[in-house]
Amino acid sequence: MEKKTNMQESTSPVTDSNEPAPPVIHVSPSPHLVQTASSTRKMMVDVLIALAPVVAMSLFVFRGYALFQLAVCVAGALSAELLFVRMRGRATTLKDCSAIVTGVILAMSMPGTAPWYVGAIAAFVAIGIGKVLFGGLGMNLFNPAMVGRAFVMISFAGALAASGFEDVQSAVDAISQATPMNAYKMNGVVTPMAALFWGTTNGSLGETSALACILGGLYLIVRRTASWEIPAGLLLAVAVIGGLADWIGPADGWTVLHHILGGSVLFGAFFIATDPVSSPLTPKGKFVFGLGTGFLIMVLRLFSGYPEGVMFAVLLMNALTPLINRWSIPTPFGGK
Amino acid sequence: MGLKLDGYDGNGTFSHGVHPPERKALAKDASIRVMPTPDKVVLSLHQNIGGPSEPLVKPRQTVGWGELIGKGKSFVSTSLHASVPGVVQRFVRATLANGRHMDTVPIKAEGEIPAGQDLWDEIFGGSWPTTGLDAYDPAQISHDISDAGLVGLGGAAFPTHVKISPNDKKPVHTLLVNGCECEPYLTSDYRLMVEAPAPIVTGALLAARSVGAERIVIGIEDNKMPAVEAIKKAADGTGIQVAVMKTKYPQGSEKHLTYAVLKRQIPLGGLPADVGVAISNVATMAAVARAVIHKKPLTHRVISVTGGGIANPSNVLAPIGISFGSLIAFCGGLTPDAARLVAGGPMMGFAFSNPDTPVTKGAGGLTVMSKEEVRAGEESACVRCGKCVDACPMNLVPTKIAMASRHQDIALSRRYNIMACFECGSCAYTCPAHIPLVQLIRAGKARVVAADRG
Repeated sequence: MEKKTNMQESTSPVTDSNEPAPPVIHVSPSPHLVQTASSTRKMMVDVLIALAPVVAMSLFVFRGYALFQLAVCVAGALSAELLFVRMRGRATTLKDCSAIVTGVILAMSMPGTAPWYVGAIAAFVAIGIGKVLFGGLGMNLFNPAMVGRAFVMISFAGALAASGFEDVQSAVDAISQATPMNAYKMNGVVTPMAALFWGTTNGSLGETSALACILGGLYLIVRRTASWEIPAGLLLAVAVIGGLADWIGPADGWTVLHHILGGSVLFGAFFIATDPVSSPLTPKGKFVFGLGTGFLIMVLRLFSGYPEGVMFAVLLMNALTPLINRWSIPTPFGGK
Repeated sequence: MGLKLDGYDGNGTFSHGVHPPERKALAKDASIRVMPTPDKVVLSLHQNIGGPSEPLVKPRQTVGWGELIGKGKSFVSTSLHASVPGVVQRFVRATLANGRHMDTVPIKAEGEIPAGQDLWDEIFGGSWPTTGLDAYDPAQISHDISDAGLVGLGGAAFPTHVKISPNDKKPVHTLLVNGCECEPYLTSDYRLMVEAPAPIVTGALLAARSVGAERIVIGIEDNKMPAVEAIKKAADGTGIQVAVMKTKYPQGSEKHLTYAVLKRQIPLGGLPADVGVAISNVATMAAVARAVIHKKPLTHRVISVTGGGIANPSNVLAPIGISFGSLIAFCGGLTPDAARLVAGGPMMGFAFSNPDTPVTKGAGGLTVMSKEEVRAGEESACVRCGKCVDACPMNLVPTKIAMASRHQDIALSRRYNIMACFECGSCAYTCPAHIPLVQLIRAGKARVVAADRG
């Protein structure tokens, strides 16, 4: 901040003979106090800490698959950041840790079975097109990790379609099963609640364990790194629509709780939809954003050909964010 | 903890705001010391919000202590008095701490005024009546305040007689006396409340009589309990209520203090009188008492000289117009790591570099900050985390306004209510990307004002 202001120097009025160099006085606009404890980098590190239980659970359930995707996506995200930022002729931005966060979230949203080039391309698209092309951190309209994932989901439909998650030959139990979402959508098989809660099912690496997502999510909210309004709105919408579906739909055992614990609703609610850059600014706007995302998730789940809808729901709501911001300008204190 | 004040709905606090480090311990226990009369004072002809004063003296003229040397040209301006006796020097232009270039009247001190304890007794000592004040006419109280050249001593320096006068159009039911001193570091109001509560109480009774308020509430933050005790004791039997407010910045903003006590919002662009309130600072009340009872003008004020960059953080009673440099010298000089001189507190004060800068009536403090205290992070991109939105006591979206200002988009900044910002600094304090939000908004406000003028 200081370098942007006019600096004037002056010597102190009180010159002490024992003191060879009088202090240098700078001027700067108010406020003269800043909360040095907070920085963008610390926020990103906070997100990484919150992701720890999710990562740990994915390593436990998917073993080498998870480690492999993490390595590919994080390495891809970091090298893409380095490359694209250099192409723009800007100073490197690796130390803000945002690329690692994107890489980890991307890896956690991938199937363990995806080949290395799918993760690498997703990471390059996420950072390069999803973020740096828009102007870098803070400028992107869409959640970068979801941009990357959407790109490979369409380009490599086989790898990311529900069947791509499965490898019956695999030594890892979870990988040899169908994902709970797909098992239900295709065959009406309802996965037991306990498996969804602990996360011993197939699925995107980070989404399977409801417990890990809740733990990490609560950490983010307690630390106020993520807002509570987005997850609250999202889960409320999922619960209400899921409840309606229970009530009017066939009683096939798939309840509103399965909707919340299964698939990536919790991972999306706490880690994807809460991306501050691509979500609204005001508490009211955030709640509306959460409601909208939850609504779209349920519409996609119930009425589309996809078993899951978190990714597209978030991307669609990202596009609406500027509009939500515009509609949710708060009334100033003392205003009408 | 909620505020439980009979007859009021407020709960002692307001939404949003921040908790910067208080650092009041530096000078909290330093009793007010009386500064020796300096060789020279420099009195700005513009000390307040509103119009400047016109000089009534000429160079080489001899003036006595407290003699009228400048007269306000308009209603919202005020008188100026010689803060020391002496000889008027050639008028010069000087740069005030707030960056304005102003004509000033320098006075070379000659002749005696009371010193040390005598000066303290002269200004704050003696007995201050709390009864029999009905003898003072409400309009006359306002005149006396105007004649004494009083401005709000809390920092804004708004001419006091404009606020403290009988008002038939907007009846005032409550006089709020602001003893919050929510700026970090500053302790001048605190020390005054502890050491001279009697004139504050008398001044409040007189001011309430002038505005026709039936009730008087003195608001003090809960980190100043000794002041609460002192004021309660002095106000015993007068009907004055002391409200203990939550310590939170900016509790001392008049809009927020009013809300915290009354739960009423002063409308945007409106005045406290719109909700039946008159607000003034505790130090101003002490000066009101002196102006009305002793007919003495404002010549001295209590100033905190504090911060990590000053050798002996102190509270001093000094004449208006003394240079900040003399205050520094009186308080032991700068430490080697002093980095910034701030007139006022660190959240809203003005940084300046010239130690010859004169003290004006509104300056409640000189905060000398060390390198460590002003350490700022490097600016990075806004990630729209919304921390500024959570911090803004005016319920604005600071980052949007700042970005609109940066891109000179006046329409967008208006849509986000830029003019409601009073530059408290909560947003910039809290911003993890260290964006100079207040500075950007300030520039944007200037642009909006310029556009309105066409």
